[in-house]
Amino acid sequence: MSIINIYMIVLMLLSISSYFYGRNFIKTKTFVSTEKQHSKDTYHGAFISLYLILPSIIFLSLWVIISPNIINELLTIKVISVYGDGLGIDELKILKSQIIALSKGVLSADNLSSEISLISDYYSYIQIISKKIYIIFSCVGSATAFLYARKKIAIRFNARANVEIIIKLIMMLASLIAILTTVGIIVSLVVETIRFFGIINVADFLFGLKWSPQIAMRADQVANEGLFGAIPLFAGTLMITTIAMIVAVPIGLMTAVYLSEYASNVVRSIAKPALEILAGIPTVVYGFFAALTVAPFLRNNGADLGLTLSSESALAAGLVMGIMIIPLISSLSDDVINAVPQSLREGSAALGSTKSETVKKVILPAALPGIVSAILLAVSRAIGETMIVVMAAGVTANLTANPFESVTAVTVQIVVLLVGDQEFDSAKTLAAFALGFTLFIITLGLNILSIYIIRRYREQYD
Amino acid sequence: MTDKKISPLTKKRYASEKRFKVYCVTALVLAMAILFTLLSSITVSSIPAFTQTHIEIDVYLDKEILDPNDTNDLQTILNEGPWRSLAKSSLREMIPGVTARKEKRELYGLVSIIAGDSIKSYVKENPNNIGKKVQIDIPSSDDIDLLIKGLIDRSLPEENRTVSNLQLKWLDQLVYEKRVSKHFAWKLFNHGDSREPEVAGLKGAIVGTLLTMFVTLIISFPIGVMTAVYLEEIAPSNRMTDFIEVNINNLAAVPSIVFGLLGLAVFIGYFDMPRSAPLVGGIVLALMTLPVIIIATRASLASIPPSIREAAYGIGASPLQVITHHVLPLAVPGILTGTIIGIARAAGETAPLLMIGMMAFIVDTPHKITDKATVMPAQIYMWANNPERSFESLTSAAILILLIILITMNALAIYLRKKYERRW
Repeated sequence: MSIINIYMIVLMLLSISSYFYGRNFIKTKTFVSTEKQHSKDTYHGAFISLYLILPSIIFLSLWVIISPNIINELLTIKVISVYGDGLGIDELKILKSQIIALSKGVLSADNLSSEISLISDYYSYIQIISKKIYIIFSCVGSATAFLYARKKIAIRFNARANVEIIIKLIMMLASLIAILTTVGIIVSLVVETIRFFGIINVADFLFGLKWSPQIAMRADQVANEGLFGAIPLFAGTLMITTIAMIVAVPIGLMTAVYLSEYASNVVRSIAKPALEILAGIPTVVYGFFAALTVAPFLRNNGADLGLTLSSESALAAGLVMGIMIIPLISSLSDDVINAVPQSLREGSAALGSTKSETVKKVILPAALPGIVSAILLAVSRAIGETMIVVMAAGVTANLTANPFESVTAVTVQIVVLLVGDQEFDSAKTLAAFALGFTLFIITLGLNILSIYIIRRYREQYD
Repeated sequence: MTDKKISPLTKKRYASEKRFKVYCVTALVLAMAILFTLLSSITVSSIPAFTQTHIEIDVYLDKEILDPNDTNDLQTILNEGPWRSLAKSSLREMIPGVTARKEKRELYGLVSIIAGDSIKSYVKENPNNIGKKVQIDIPSSDDIDLLIKGLIDRSLPEENRTVSNLQLKWLDQLVYEKRVSKHFAWKLFNHGDSREPEVAGLKGAIVGTLLTMFVTLIISFPIGVMTAVYLEEIAPSNRMTDFIEVNINNLAAVPSIVFGLLGLAVFIGYFDMPRSAPLVGGIVLALMTLPVIIIATRASLASIPPSIREAAYGIGASPLQVITHHVLPLAVPGILTGTIIGIARAAGETAPLLMIGMMAFIVDTPHKITDKATVMPAQIYMWANNPERSFESLTSAAILILLIILITMNALAIYLRKKYERRW
């Protein structure tokens, strides 16, 4: 067990015992006094315990965020001081990963030079030092805070308000995690994407018609330059998404209309949970269904009709993705249709229209902004969907408009580029991040558009 | 009035009404039919994987062979015994007259290549039988298994099937001697992954899923609930709060694979956390689940009437006491429902876990959250990519088990919602 784990456990025990210490401390004070205690004992205990533990946790998060950077810098300096300035970036990377692997015990020192094992000892040493620095800092911080809290505790001290402020602060910090996640996504994607565009031209990526990211190992091999034109991927994703929407929008929408306008309670009580089951099925299962059942079915029937279908046709992937999207569209449109006020239906019926006329001429127009935004959400879901296309669509980029042929998609290429061992800095890996960033931007745009449509066109009826 | 003519227009309108209704019903029936097809096709193709063919062989546990140095120590015997060759020689004794090399190979092909391990574990459980002649049930090879289950057509010419004529003859003899039996395939639950379908099980993946979900839950639940309480009950309505809200709604719609990229770049790349570990997988899934829990908790908090809060303030409770003593307890069913649904969704997620390497071929069961592990959906993905025929039913079986777990979780959430739902 690492020294940090032991420290954390000790800290936990200390903070629990300090809670009881605080309670007893204020009890004995009140016992010998005639004044009335301001806050309950428990608040005093919580106050002192929070003060004890918070500095350590703050230092811990700082240490976790900052120390990898510093250690990395120190290692680089050390490697350069041993090997001299002449090292290329790649050599430096390889050396560093060897050193780290050695210090972790993944690599044995037998075949490596003595310099490496020397630096690896140094690396282990600075890691231990960094842990020690953290522990010293947090010990001092916690002890100071504890003594301060102990001094503050008095019979008329408003411990409750103080504890509540701290807890509110903690809650506020928790709510910042969501922002941190977004920042993390954007920063990590943007940084890698910029590095990718340092190697590959932006225009080549966005408008290139050829995608073959396999870079040959030796320079004298043919096609040693990977081609990173993303148009075939966008086209493939677009085609699969279109097929999915052609399947999902009518079925989902009609189902929603039927369930909210026609269906009896019995039908609704069966169909709604069934749709929820459909929505809860993991995408890997849909992918398996597409590859195992739908694709062979289409291929056999296509052969009977005289069509040649690829076994990884866009059609199979699109159909199954459409099935996956049905519950999303139907449940979102169901909500929107139900939100149309009853008075509109009654008014339409009073004018003598049939139910279908009411639906077509009154309800759907009234619900249109909501339905459009639901469809946009579904599109963004389909574009970002991974497992179905990974399992049912192809891997090779193929710029075609024929849905019976095999196409590939953006998400498929991200998986293909990143699964398996890879170096962190090759153009291939970076290309995956550039694709991910494109994906992020497109889905974000669709979501913002869908929110905008709702806000702009929704009519308030009540 | 009965013979009053219906105007053609009305007729047309009624016909259109009928048509529209038919379209709607068709859509619903189609959706239900698809669900039925999906579930039934997976159930049907999973059935073979739940049973396993065993062949009973006579083994003479010769002490001379097992313990040539006369150590009498069970552990040494288990570690050093020639289990594989013992299985082979037992087979040869059972079906005499096999000498040619090719025939021998076919003979050994009747049973699983882990036949030796089966004998070993038998000895481990019954150490007193050393020196006796015993009958041991060992799993058959996957081709024989398929044949017994009727999935390989005997009538095909020999070169078109994976079981040879000679093997068929032996097998028929074994069936005649009542040595072939079918058992429930417990190995599905107490074996890890394997390249051999007859031994491949889900134990590692199930434990990996549990560990990953544990990490996801302990991160996303407290943070999600605190965020929701802060935004709904405490936060002043200002730009910052608006920004956080927009952020959370956007996070809910970010494709899952992007979270995988985040995990790869930040947790593995920058923080140098272990690859393929439930720790990183759990954190990534927690970030994905967070919006679900936050949105559900907020909805649940918002549905509690303000009168409860006002009454609590009225008798002198502090803001935090109002929340912890009155509002939160009433919101618990809604929070739990949202959490269960979020976790169920995370448990079925695959794409982000592929990014951080949680689809490695791992035989051992993980014990810690930093061990290399895989999860159920990733296991399904790996098996689905395996071209061997037996893996098809194995994949379906894994899917069925996963679906049963997920549907149970969702049903539990719906039950909780129905049972504790309160209208104010």
